[in-house]
Amino acid sequence: MSNKLKATEEQISYAKVLDFGMKLGLLVLVITFIIYLTGLLPPHIPTDDLPRYWGMSVHKYLEATGIHTGWTWLGMLGKGDFLNFVGIAFLAGVTILCYLRIIPILFRKKDTVYGILAILEVLVLVLAASGILKAGGH
Amino acid sequence: MMKIRSFLKFAALGAALVFFLCGMSFGAEQVAGEAVKSSMPWWAWPLILFVVTFFMGIVAVLGGVGGGVLFVPIIGGFFPFHIDFVRGAGLLVALAGALAAGPGLLKKGMADLRLALPVALIASSCAIVGAMIGLALPAKVVNIALGGTILGIVAIMLMAKKSEYPEVKQADALSTALRINGVYHELSTGHDINWKIHRTPKGLALFIIIGVMAGMFGLGAGWANVPVLNLVMGAPLKVSVATSKFLLSITDTSAAWIYVNNGAVLPMMVVPSIIGIMLGSIVGVQILAKTKPAAIRYMVMGLLLFAGTRALLKGLAIWN
Repeated sequence: MSNKLKATEEQISYAKVLDFGMKLGLLVLVITFIIYLTGLLPPHIPTDDLPRYWGMSVHKYLEATGIHTGWTWLGMLGKGDFLNFVGIAFLAGVTILCYLRIIPILFRKKDTVYGILAILEVLVLVLAASGILKAGGH
Repeated sequence: MMKIRSFLKFAALGAALVFFLCGMSFGAEQVAGEAVKSSMPWWAWPLILFVVTFFMGIVAVLGGVGGGVLFVPIIGGFFPFHIDFVRGAGLLVALAGALAAGPGLLKKGMADLRLALPVALIASSCAIVGAMIGLALPAKVVNIALGGTILGIVAIMLMAKKSEYPEVKQADALSTALRINGVYHELSTGHDINWKIHRTPKGLALFIIIGVMAGMFGLGAGWANVPVLNLVMGAPLKVSVATSKFLLSITDTSAAWIYVNNGAVLPMMVVPSIIGIMLGSIVGVQILAKTKPAAIRYMVMGLLLFAGTRALLKGLAIWN
């Protein structure tokens, strides 16, 4: 894998945002998990009770714990377990930031087709992240 | 003689892993097809998860496969966690690995953004559909389909050929319009190699299936991305491997959000898995620099064969 290929301006810009976002996300993930493990913030589900829930299907788990889906975790950041979602959401969101960074570059270079593709990708990822799409029960 | 010794060492390691996993599946007793009883304290499972994913990270690097493809069938088959949470964690494990590899691959120009963007749009859209289907299906159906898919992956690993520089006589109209091409400087020969792709519509159509499967099973999709980019579309092998890894960071992002937003993510599973597999990958890369045992790839195939069979039998209620 020692070959050299020419990286375009948008590719380098994408890589820089991704590099920073990934490192920050992982750091947040580790810090929040330490807070969770040490019990600095009390968890919504006591750790002793976790084995009762992790073998359930997600639908039964949500019913049993009274947890709501979507972005409701934002209102539960005072709980040690839900604090971890900050890092998880950041890692899952960094790609959107990367795309937002390259869209103006693509349009400046008059690469309209790829600019539109990048906008469409952002819309797809935002739709996925919005919480509008609900999976059916089983 | 050294080769035989090396093979025996890895065969013994593989056998030990299989026995270990079997022991764990007996430690986690399945009850009424859903909830799982375990005699161990709560912290034991995340700790074992961390240790197992650490070794998984090493094996994945040495075996040339993604972490997600090992994670879902092995953790789903031998740990007490429900397959919904395993798939959510599997996606995040694959995503974290792809995010970590992405910047280097892009900066060095090994992953190609022009090739990735149209493919990513299709695969990530379809991964959303796959994730929603996967979460709506009963666990036994998911396990049967997962088992079948894993056994199919083993067949692909055994049979699929790779082409370092596929012959592309003429780029197709779509790839020409999108200007998907590049210049490849091969250090070993000192030559600049111009590459282009063909059969773009066919390749893009295949990414519909790959996206759905990636979202449905949380496997990552390098096992399918690389053959399609390399053998179908004609991208050079190194470009295909690097672009595939980068693609996962986009495809898995969309599917991961569906799992996060539908409650199928448990931090106590996700964080030890991500840290374990990343640390294992770092160690794996160091081992890879010193040696590349061919036997390890067969061990990976053996593990996948075993875990795939386990998922299939679990789904069919033959081996709970």
